[in-house]
Amino acid sequence: MDYEKILSPVVTAIPPSGIRKLFNVVNEMEDVVSLGVGEPDFNTPQSIKNAGIRSLELGYTHYTANAGIKELREEITVYLNRKYNLSYDSEDVFVTVGGSEAIDAALRTVVVPGDEVLIPEPSFVCYKPLTALAGGVPVPIVTKEEDNFRLTKQQLESAITPKTKALILPYPNNPTGAVMSKKDLEAIAEVIRGTNIIIISDEIYSELNYTPEGHTSIIEIEGMKERTILINGFSKTFAMTGWRLGYACGPKEIIQPMIKVHQFAIMSSPTTSQYAAVEALRSCDNEVNVMKNEYNMRRRLMLAGLRSMGLSCFEPLGAFYLFPNITKTGFSSDEFCERLLKEERVAVVSGNAFGVSGEGFIRCSYAYSVTNINKALERIGRFVKKYI
Amino acid sequence: MNEILDILDKDARTTPEQIAIMLGRSTEDVKAAINKMENDKIILGYKPLVNREKIEDDLVCALIELKVTPSAGEGFDSIASRIYCYEQVRNLYLMSGAYDLAVFVEGRNIKEVALFVSEHLAQMDSILSTSTHFMLKTYKREGVIFENIKGDTRELMV
Ligand SMILES: Cc1ncc(COP(=O)(O)O)c(C=O)c1O
Repeated sequence: MDYEKILSPVVTAIPPSGIRKLFNVVNEMEDVVSLGVGEPDFNTPQSIKNAGIRSLELGYTHYTANAGIKELREEITVYLNRKYNLSYDSEDVFVTVGGSEAIDAALRTVVVPGDEVLIPEPSFVCYKPLTALAGGVPVPIVTKEEDNFRLTKQQLESAITPKTKALILPYPNNPTGAVMSKKDLEAIAEVIRGTNIIIISDEIYSELNYTPEGHTSIIEIEGMKERTILINGFSKTFAMTGWRLGYACGPKEIIQPMIKVHQFAIMSSPTTSQYAAVEALRSCDNEVNVMKNEYNMRRRLMLAGLRSMGLSCFEPLGAFYLFPNITKTGFSSDEFCERLLKEERVAVVSGNAFGVSGEGFIRCSYAYSVTNINKALERIGRFVKKYI
Repeated sequence: MNEILDILDKDARTTPEQIAIMLGRSTEDVKAAINKMENDKIILGYKPLVNREKIEDDLVCALIELKVTPSAGEGFDSIASRIYCYEQVRNLYLMSGAYDLAVFVEGRNIKEVALFVSEHLAQMDSILSTSTHFMLKTYKREGVIFENIKGDTRELMV
């Protein structure tokens, strides 16, 4: 069979993940210290696990309503109100298989073939391929180190065309750790207000914001709620990546059609996870705080460590990544990662995995124990010293 | 616990410089705080957490439950001090419930531990009874799980 002719050209055109390649090498090596992964090292808090187990014992092993169990949708609205001052009705919320599915459903619901979707980069790997799969045209906006990797008003203005359908707002950001303050968001809102652009705000790291003010959602900014699909989930905040649970909120007029996409592709999100998630939202503030404090300590430690090697590194105030600039070593990001792995057995992710504009940077995750971070810093320090 | 102890509890090798960075405090400040805790005998030592089953000189360990008659005036403290002075005694706790003192004893073999109980502990006049339980396997100690250590099982990098 001529498979090439059979496959959809859209799928064929999606580049394979460069990260996977390095990861296979890592698996075959001994004594590798990794700063590679993008998920919490903490385990899901015990009370959440218990709630999941309890639901199984009670026999809640069936499909749920397409949008998710009512109890959870209501709890999500309470949580968003309590945390970020947002007021949603439980009808404006539906439960997805991770933030990932919510992003996919959002794009598939609003993108008409040929529509342009603005994607600030460097950013999480899924936006571009999912836009392409929805028939859209991804339009990267390069955010700059000197702007602390925030999206600026000018950049946004000059990227908008008559074909612009949506803007992805990926803050707090993976891989840069950048956050947008209320003031930054207001500047963005000013540009968007007079248009028909939909915002897809991926706020999956909202609880991991180390500024004293904490996270501000774009929803809070005047006029933005009516045009924004808010994406959030349980993976990062509650250390629940494997439970595969997230959610989308927005105007009924968008959420109800999104539920159609979800209904036919997914049916309903994992039942056990939904019951566990109710517990997470209700009674895990303390556990979340403990994890956040721990991340914050590691963030400071790793930032100081990388800077003391002579690498320039902007101070990230969100998520659990640092994004140091490695151009001083004279290596490309890929070369740096390969050599660091071979010479010092440390795994980090090449910045260009998150868009061309990530070239010259590497992503170091601090979702690792202090012991692990110290070991990695020592090795990276030895490596960098040889080349700068 | 306080923040510094929390950090040391996870890895006692974390240096004052590192702790200072992690907490956004000055190194001097952290050094002084640690020093004070050492002087006040809040921090009594720093030890590695060793999985004894993996090294040659594997020792046997027993929990001995003691029922004792408290002495007038001094309660259990006087008998306790006579017990903890033996180097074979690794841990000693005063307990509520069915017995009074929990003594954790280490020896090269079962015989040595048994002899220690019969020759030293059982002989003390205020001890009413002893009940010796040998420990067969360590699953968890000091909050650290000792078996099935899988390492990092996270598989995806993004
Ligand atoms: C920015 C961002 N958005 C979304 C996701 C997807 O998370 P999940 O599908 O587990 O909710 C991730 C995961 O790494 C992420 O970093």
